[in-house]
Amino acid sequence: MIAIIDYGMGNIHSVNKALQVSGAKTLITNKAEDIKSCDKAVLPGVGAFDDAVLELKKQNLIEPILEHVRNGKPFLGICLGMQLLFDESAEAKKEKGLGILKGKVKKFKHSHDLKVPHMGWNQLKIIGACPLLRDVPENSFVYFCHSYYPDPLDKGVIAALTNYGQDFAAIVWKEKIFGMQFHPEKSQSIGLKMMENFVNLC
Amino acid sequence: MLTKRIIPCLDIKDGRVVKGVKFLGLKDAGDPVEVAKIYDKEEADELVFLDITASFEKRKTLIELVEQIAKNIFMPFTVGGGVGDIADIRNILNAGAEKVSVNTQAVKFPQLISESARRFGSQSIVVAIDAKLVTSHQSPVTGNGQETGDPSTRLGVNRRPLDSARGKQETDKWEVYINGGRTPTGLDAVDWARKVAKLGAGEILLTSMDYDGTKDGFDIKLTKAITEAVSIPVIASGGAGKPEHFSEVFSKTSADAGLAASIFHYQEYSVRQVKEYLRSKEIPVRL
Repeated sequence: MIAIIDYGMGNIHSVNKALQVSGAKTLITNKAEDIKSCDKAVLPGVGAFDDAVLELKKQNLIEPILEHVRNGKPFLGICLGMQLLFDESAEAKKEKGLGILKGKVKKFKHSHDLKVPHMGWNQLKIIGACPLLRDVPENSFVYFCHSYYPDPLDKGVIAALTNYGQDFAAIVWKEKIFGMQFHPEKSQSIGLKMMENFVNLC
Repeated sequence: MLTKRIIPCLDIKDGRVVKGVKFLGLKDAGDPVEVAKIYDKEEADELVFLDITASFEKRKTLIELVEQIAKNIFMPFTVGGGVGDIADIRNILNAGAEKVSVNTQAVKFPQLISESARRFGSQSIVVAIDAKLVTSHQSPVTGNGQETGDPSTRLGVNRRPLDSARGKQETDKWEVYINGGRTPTGLDAVDWARKVAKLGAGEILLTSMDYDGTKDGFDIKLTKAITEAVSIPVIASGGAGKPEHFSEVFSKTSADAGLAASIFHYQEYSVRQVKEYLRSKEIPVRL
């Protein structure tokens, strides 16, 4: 069973459905005991970093997430859910991230040549053998829709880069912790492939 | 490399596709989910659903529809039309849309843009701008627009002859219209574009009222003026009739996406054909 953490920050349906068609049993929840009883968890999220952290705090979800990760159970953060894995964000005025991965979330510097948000289909440069990228070809297109990107302190956690003015971490991976800056649930068949790989992780 | 996006646009009324989609072999061309599935297969880059439902009570249907689409297709889509407040935006995003497009309410209450961008992130907020050329001797007039009450005139009224629209020189000015193209606002489109970007809009959906429905190509001058004024993505809309029109707008302006309705709905060209043509012209597309 995969827990989809519903903390009131954005789209749960698409993530849920994408996991289901990838063969998963899912549970949309904001309860600590549900997260505890599930063997995997997904943290989606769209919106402001501060609001997201406040919601996680208010709903007492931070400790259950940290415990899930400490227990070595697979965890996937998507978009803002990925950014929350890090220590802090340039977007945040008050709140800190979960600190599961070391590093900061930064903002793209817009210019005449670089429009922000980074919006649309862009390609993955795969680094290493991340299990979520099994059968995902080099240069696959995925859908991005964001103004901020994570800059991991340990570059070793980067599983795929995308170029937008500069290379940035599109996928991070450390043991059973995964983060995707793009939306796999909106990236058509290639996104579903990655979801399926997550579902089939042991 | 970030690619240029090709976006079919669907008009929705009471939860159904209107403005005749004519797909061969499609059992129910009025079912937005069925139509969306076809475009998903064709690898359209995004979809835009424009709700033209008039009555407030029927807005619930829209939310249910958004949920249905999100459960059935795994591609990004934007929902717009009659979006009134923060609650509308939240409901649409939570139901599974990537982005919400605001138009009339953004003109009336610009703080809707800043507030929604703060809450949901700029990347979720699209401002739709319907713009119409103003003749050079005439400055944008203060809106006294009368509602015609007839949705069929959307983007259709007050259109001046195209040749006069195209004959303009460097003094070109465009005025922003709201209420589905029925009400002039007196706002200069370039100034308004700059303002919405500053307020936190993540994207502009720019429709040329002069070119919409003509199939004579996108409004290059307008698109150029807007894309040069802002550093957020711009979707060009209005006038697409063949693949060459997309390559023209992408090579002559820095538009990020091209939106069209009838050429795709009537299968005059498939999304794939347009993309293949663009690739032959070395414009980056996802294929």
